[in-house]
Amino acid sequence: MKLLGEDIVTETGEFIINMGPQHPSTHGVLHLKIWLDGETIKKIEPHLGYIHRSIEKMSEKMSYRQFIYLTSRMDYLSAHMNNQACALVVEKALQVEVPERAKAIRILLAELSRIGSHLLWFASVGLDLGGVTPFFYAFREREAINSLMEENCGARLTQNFHVPGGILEDVNPDFQKRVKEVIKQLKDNFHEYDEILTGNVIFQNRLKGVGYLSKEDAISLGCSGPTARASGVVCDIRKSNPYDGYEKLEFDEVVLTGGDSWARYQVRMAEMLQSIKIIEQMIDNMPEGDIVAKTKNVIKLPKGEFYQRVETARGELGVYIVSEGAATPYRCKYRSPNFANLSAIPIAAKGGKIGDLIAIMATVDLIIPDIDR
Amino acid sequence: MFIKEYFGTIFNSVKSLLTGMKLTGYYFTHQNKIITEEYPDNRATLIIPERFRGEVIMPHDENNEHRCTGCQSCELSCPNGTIKIITQQEIQPDGKKKKRIHTWVYHLDMCTMCGMCVTACPTEAIKMGNEFEHSVYDKSQLKKILNKPDSKLKQGVED
Amino acid sequence: MKILLAYSLSGFASYLHRLLSGFIPDAFWLMVTEMVITGVCLLVFLILLAFFLGYMERKVAAFMEIRFGPNRVGPKGTLQIVADTVKLLFKEGLTPDLSDKFLFNLAPGIIVISAMLAVAPIAFAKGFQIWDINIGVLYISSVSSIAVIGILMAGWSSSNKYSIIGAMRAGAQIVSYELSVGLSLISIVVLSGSLSLNDIVESQANGWWILKGHIPVLISFVIFVVASTAEINRAPFDLVEADQELTGGFNTEYGGMKFAMFLMSEYINLFVVSAVAATLFLGGWMPFHIGNFTAFNHIMDYIPSSIWFFGKTLFIIFIIMQFRWTFPRLRIDQLLNLEWKYLLPISMINVLLVTLMAIMGWHF
Repeated sequence: MKLLGEDIVTETGEFIINMGPQHPSTHGVLHLKIWLDGETIKKIEPHLGYIHRSIEKMSEKMSYRQFIYLTSRMDYLSAHMNNQACALVVEKALQVEVPERAKAIRILLAELSRIGSHLLWFASVGLDLGGVTPFFYAFREREAINSLMEENCGARLTQNFHVPGGILEDVNPDFQKRVKEVIKQLKDNFHEYDEILTGNVIFQNRLKGVGYLSKEDAISLGCSGPTARASGVVCDIRKSNPYDGYEKLEFDEVVLTGGDSWARYQVRMAEMLQSIKIIEQMIDNMPEGDIVAKTKNVIKLPKGEFYQRVETARGELGVYIVSEGAATPYRCKYRSPNFANLSAIPIAAKGGKIGDLIAIMATVDLIIPDIDR
Repeated sequence: MFIKEYFGTIFNSVKSLLTGMKLTGYYFTHQNKIITEEYPDNRATLIIPERFRGEVIMPHDENNEHRCTGCQSCELSCPNGTIKIITQQEIQPDGKKKKRIHTWVYHLDMCTMCGMCVTACPTEAIKMGNEFEHSVYDKSQLKKILNKPDSKLKQGVED
Repeated sequence: MKILLAYSLSGFASYLHRLLSGFIPDAFWLMVTEMVITGVCLLVFLILLAFFLGYMERKVAAFMEIRFGPNRVGPKGTLQIVADTVKLLFKEGLTPDLSDKFLFNLAPGIIVISAMLAVAPIAFAKGFQIWDINIGVLYISSVSSIAVIGILMAGWSSSNKYSIIGAMRAGAQIVSYELSVGLSLISIVVLSGSLSLNDIVESQANGWWILKGHIPVLISFVIFVVASTAEINRAPFDLVEADQELTGGFNTEYGGMKFAMFLMSEYINLFVVSAVAATLFLGGWMPFHIGNFTAFNHIMDYIPSSIWFFGKTLFIIFIIMQFRWTFPRLRIDQLLNLEWKYLLPISMINVLLVTLMAIMGWHF
């Protein structure tokens, strides 16, 4: 059977539908070609490239101060962590020691944006599964975090708060007070998330046993972040390769072995609490001092290859730079978490229903601009 | 055993659904908890943080003098090519020729508000403003000239 | 009872009948004229009702989601829904190129008509009923199931893959949930011994069935509300539309006035379902009476019967709306599991219990 010159039913009787690039629950311009047998998914083929902006190529024309800001546009929900990765790789190459206060502020803001990112994820999980109301409850707290970012970094999403060697400017004097307010609001309202979504029997049934991703698959596909940790892979960069002083902090790496969407959901919910724990440890003993180490005006990296990875809200972000000793990178490559996590979807969703695919996409938490870059 | 499990499932399900309905019911009856900001109406009381980066501005003092020497650091530091500085030679009272800015062109439509120009400026001539209502009817209106007509460089900035 | 009559609209109806028979002596044409008047009144009432329910839903949703909802157009945003309708009216009535054009344009009509037909036997107030048919319950349950044909028609004729999936889901869903709805209706029919909605209301003069009928009637009330929510495709059972999965399901390709008709039929269906639930379980227009406490019952009679009816109906509408704005959506197999593994067996046993209760006379 043909429609507009294209097969809609294959010879084996499978029904092909194109989910995306314009679809309400692909969160962007992701295009999934789905082979369906009734409602059951037989095969999924992701098609990429709708939002390719050649960030890697653009980075080759930019100085080491300038290329940081481009990464905010990759995974716009963890813009702070992306910028941090770029700043860290330059510092690593130059062997600059970042002041303690700058490190502390970096971690605090990174954990706040991790919470903000997970809150948006929580909101969109509810939305994708048909419950609109949790969206507004989560955005209430996210709004507080965004306002805090706006007060201290000057922007709500694309903060651009990092410079090689430290941070752009010191935080406001009332920073500690405001962070405590935000954390208190979050803790006070956290039980509402459990009441409206986590405990809900419909929601649990939609996620439990859906989209199983085995540990072996997660490792071989290169999944990272909460998606991999839900399958039992120990992969938190903050623990294994600590940066910016994460080694001094006490927090747990949340690893579950369920491997299904419910485990992915629980990992992210638990990570929010761990982030709160980190913030509470740091907020009362922020070191005083400089906020930026002295670097040259025109930064030239020594000849060589440099790699630095950080744990963003969605997994491991790696920045790989080949330098020829010039003021711009010779080659810049980002190992983005979402691209690897996307490859888990065809495996996890196989044999499920259309509704399951939505649940899997929601819990894997893809950010499409990060896939294409 | 089966019967017990069957009715246990029903009981727990209904309980969890009622918990959710209790929460939405609570917010339905507590309308003072509404968090909506009615934006165009609350414009007068809207608090924009001082650091908010909305646009690049060039402050002029009361004598219509700015601090820009036309060194083009900002132009070089801008990742997007947002800034274009056109300079001209100006004859000083003492007869020397000096480079002065003619126009400081700012393409707001290309700006990503990263603030690198402000950091790069050696004389603190520009800074980020808080204005965020940038919508215009035509894209050409987003091209702005920041130095005011007949403005001059402030004395002593260059030294 | 005299006071009850004073508030009802039956006096007005018989006055109108006398007035018209003065002008039109022929009995047949008199009936036709009265039918046309009733039809026009009903249409206007249902459009206004759809406006009101649309406004109510948006406000209920907004308050549950800690926001204001519409508050700009008209006082407290009441005219917002009118503005939206005007906008839909002015939109182009697009018919997709490869669609089956006849069925595509017919489907919204069928859905709306099937929703409107079900309003006929509902008693809005004492003695105020469009059609006092003696098989009212049966009529409503059969007429409202025509809607599935309209949905299948809309989904199939759109020539859109998502629409077809949505329509197929509708078939499975509506047909299964009709069983539970029917069985829970039967439990009240058994108790009251009549299929006529008027008789059912009269049988609750000494107390509503939900209070008189012990736990079995409570269970069938809950089952009725849940199953009928599924039957009219409202969240959490809105798999037929399922924005996030099927981008709008069977009505993906519809726009403008045709889409508005789908919306209107949704709200009319919501009203019908709630009205039936209110009539059968909460006594319809019957005021709150307790057994033989004549003094108390007399005070309750002072409240007009139409207020009782609409109050109860709105209460059930509110509950169904709260379902929608609290719960996530079920998956298609879970939806069918809920029906065939839980609602249907329970309601079958429940009907047996109710029958036993009716035979033994255990209810009050």
